[in-house]
Amino acid sequence: MDVLSKPANELGELILSGAISIVDLIDKVYERIMKLESKVNAIITLRSRSDLLKEAENKEKEIKRGAAKGLLFGVPVAVKDNISTKGIRTTCGSKILENYVPPYDATVVKLLKKEGAIIICKTNMDEFAMGSSTETSYFGPTRNPWDLERVPGGSSGGSAAVLAAGIVPLALGSDTGGSVRCPAAFTATVGLKPTYGLVSRYGLIAYANSLEQIGPMARNVTDVALLLNVISKYDENDGTSIPGSRPDYMYSLSNPYHIKGSLKVGLVVEMMGEGVSDEVRKVILRALDKISGEGIEIEEVSLSSLKYALPAYYIIAMSEASSNLARYDGVRYGFRAKIDGDWNKVYMETRAQGFGLEVKRRIIMGTFALSAGYFDQYYLRALKVRTLILNDFRRAFKKFNVLVGPTMPILPFKIGEKIKDPLAMYMCDIETVSANLAGIPAISIPAGFIGNLPVGLQIMAPPLHEELLLKISKIFEDKIGLRNLIAPL
Amino acid sequence: MEKLKVKIGLEVHVQLTKLKTKLFCSCPSDYRGKPPNTYVCPVCLGLPGSLPKVNSKAIEYAVMVALALNCKINRKVMFFRKHYFYPDMTKNFQITQYDRAGGAPIAVNGYLKLSTSDKEKVVRIRRINIEEDPGKLVYPTGSIITSPYTLVDYNRAGIALLEIVTEPDIETPAEARLFLQKLRSILEHLDVCDCGLEGAVRTDANISVAGGGRVEIKNIGSIKDVEKALMYEILRQKEALLKGLSIRSETRHWDDVRKVTVPLRVKEEEQDYRYFPEADIPPIIITEEFIEKIAKQMPELPDERLKRFQREYGLPYYDSSVLVSNKKLADFFEETVKLYKRNPKKVANVIINDFLRWIHEKGLELDNVKAKPKDIAELLKLLDNGIISIKIAKTVLPEIIVSGKSPSQVVKERKLLKISDKQIIRQIALKIFREHKKAAFDALKDKKAINYLIGQIMKYTKGRADPAVTGKVVKELLTDLKEGKLKL
Repeated sequence: MDVLSKPANELGELILSGAISIVDLIDKVYERIMKLESKVNAIITLRSRSDLLKEAENKEKEIKRGAAKGLLFGVPVAVKDNISTKGIRTTCGSKILENYVPPYDATVVKLLKKEGAIIICKTNMDEFAMGSSTETSYFGPTRNPWDLERVPGGSSGGSAAVLAAGIVPLALGSDTGGSVRCPAAFTATVGLKPTYGLVSRYGLIAYANSLEQIGPMARNVTDVALLLNVISKYDENDGTSIPGSRPDYMYSLSNPYHIKGSLKVGLVVEMMGEGVSDEVRKVILRALDKISGEGIEIEEVSLSSLKYALPAYYIIAMSEASSNLARYDGVRYGFRAKIDGDWNKVYMETRAQGFGLEVKRRIIMGTFALSAGYFDQYYLRALKVRTLILNDFRRAFKKFNVLVGPTMPILPFKIGEKIKDPLAMYMCDIETVSANLAGIPAISIPAGFIGNLPVGLQIMAPPLHEELLLKISKIFEDKIGLRNLIAPL
Repeated sequence: MEKLKVKIGLEVHVQLTKLKTKLFCSCPSDYRGKPPNTYVCPVCLGLPGSLPKVNSKAIEYAVMVALALNCKINRKVMFFRKHYFYPDMTKNFQITQYDRAGGAPIAVNGYLKLSTSDKEKVVRIRRINIEEDPGKLVYPTGSIITSPYTLVDYNRAGIALLEIVTEPDIETPAEARLFLQKLRSILEHLDVCDCGLEGAVRTDANISVAGGGRVEIKNIGSIKDVEKALMYEILRQKEALLKGLSIRSETRHWDDVRKVTVPLRVKEEEQDYRYFPEADIPPIIITEEFIEKIAKQMPELPDERLKRFQREYGLPYYDSSVLVSNKKLADFFEETVKLYKRNPKKVANVIINDFLRWIHEKGLELDNVKAKPKDIAELLKLLDNGIISIKIAKTVLPEIIVSGKSPSQVVKERKLLKISDKQIIRQIALKIFREHKKAAFDALKDKKAINYLIGQIMKYTKGRADPAVTGKVVKELLTDLKEGKLKL
């Protein structure tokens, strides 16, 4: 248990120095999964014990040979199941990809392997990342390790749950409208959505490609910085990847208090208004109380365009989804309905049987929004809102270093509570979607608890200011004093 | 029938076959003849998570074509997605370009001038799109109707295409052919497309007759078939109009086996393609410097080359235009002239009148003709030096086209050397005179009979007898006969 609770940034050194045996570590990870997975259901595909131990043994040999190197050498990592892994099936939480085994690695997976990480499992998620609770998964809902009756958030609920359950110290999620930050907030872990273009999307199975980023998740800010160091790299295979080198995010944390002048933090009033539960508001204000002072000024700020963010987000996301998910027709890979008929009939039946309800709902609405006569009214207007939001953020960032608010407007809710009410579920994303629309980096860190239910604090920074964002997150983490939390299971 | 107003617009899909790789991935683009589904990767197969990466050479080629077609090149170029479900599509959308909804194709508003000897015709170009080719459906029996199942080969998926769309300025099927021939010649001069490859150039033709509905004929594979399909369609529509029927807007399919158009679907049923921006490809900025650089590197185009042929080789307009209508033919001509400088007009004559005729007669393309420019030059020299007669030259030509042997080799092998020795010809002529006594005596007063006798000598010598010498010998023999010096 002790080894499993170690932060990744310490684990790596302990492994390379020989203080921790990789085989022993991986064995403990496997045991813990065996013990908890039936309760949590965080994993869609677990690599076989023999495969994992063989990889661990090989890595130990490398250490003995003195050939071991890499930022994550021997460190166990979980990967969300919408990130392609060569030879390991990648389902996107969908029946339609139930048996799909990618022939190639996503760029982030290549980078993980290059740094010596051991990929343990593919984590559960809302089907095609469409959801905020991990309930829409074809493989059943994931349970929140802090309260097994409740959802872990979504769509990267499985990745958050394996962290909170103390199974692995690092996980990859993806964030289209809050899918990294929401489960981080619901599980008292840390999740970062990077600037659009900072991390390669090559190999990330698209839901809404103009919005999403792969994001690092961990139990503390430093580990998030470490994982960002590994995955953040220009990639010529992704046309939206931002060229140029990346800073050393870990290094910037080594002296976190080194920020010129006083730090100006804007509390976004629109994010604290209607729809935010009193409990959440209370926890956020208490956390901000702890943070303020000592050169940190917190002031309220209004971004009036944010009230349009949610509808704009859903129009863009669903439109893109209707396009991105068109390729699942059963011809080349994945599930195919067993019926006779022409291609048209087989396509229809394959998609009718292969997609779940929420995915179908979004494809249909997105198809509608893009259709002739409605395109201008919906899609183009949503793009205009997107520009307004970006401009509002730009204005706010002239005055403030970062902006803050709650990550989620409510506490983790009970499984089944909202799944029949799509609008109530969509409202959960009200705090998170604007960062995706604007393409800016945003992080969720633990702010406090109501009983045993976590609340997350969201911090947003200007584009490509991850260094600053992580630095400030580290300061806040220190002041709030919540890190490396593992749910009692 | 009275003349009805015909409006034709073309959509020409041109594969950029000279690119080494596909439009959005690094798969090789020479997919022809390769085992099915072997020239594929996650990107062109549209596997989940894969992303397109624009081949910058394709942009360069498109700019060259746009300049050659006098287009306005957009400075900010965007890609859009066009959605429709079809088994040849790996993503069920095609990455293409769009000129509405904020889209900007690579180029718009150009024109192409078609010159015939008596008039000049301008066909406006509406736009040029860069887009990806879908895969290819393969019908095991060769026919869409009789095949029990369909196979799909994605080797072609992702090949770079230019879609060149004209305004409906074309008025006759012949003009459509001229347009396509000229376009083809331009593409070949730019060295962006080997238009002779199967499926490298595919045309959709839109036609309306006398203001009737717009009929689109899809996927016509050759220039000749475009002309035929349009002629068929005009006839069909005129007949319908005569019967008092109205022409509805529809899409028709060109059946290149039966050489007819057949209905595919009515326009009203056509799908909504739900065009929207391809967010995986950020807008591409085309700078003034980039365009200038390409403009400077532009090779000589057919119009310039035509003028140069007239100027440099003293060829008439007709000869020049025939030669430059096909880049390979023009190249062939120029290479031959290099080896036979004394008379370019003679080279042009042989190539246009004899060489081309034989190629067509043998059902060949310029590509698979075995004869090289040096062979044509050699043939002309053999003729000039009196080694073979013009008649022999005409029999040697088809053989060198098919066999690849040099003219002198053919002449030697087939013992085709010219007979110009007067004594030998005299002996042959005497033999002919004796065999055709009546003709010989007739020839004393009848010119036709003289020609008959010469013809017999030629036949006997398989055309090898020197015509001048033969004529002279026959005349001498006839004089002798008249004067009684010769007894038959």
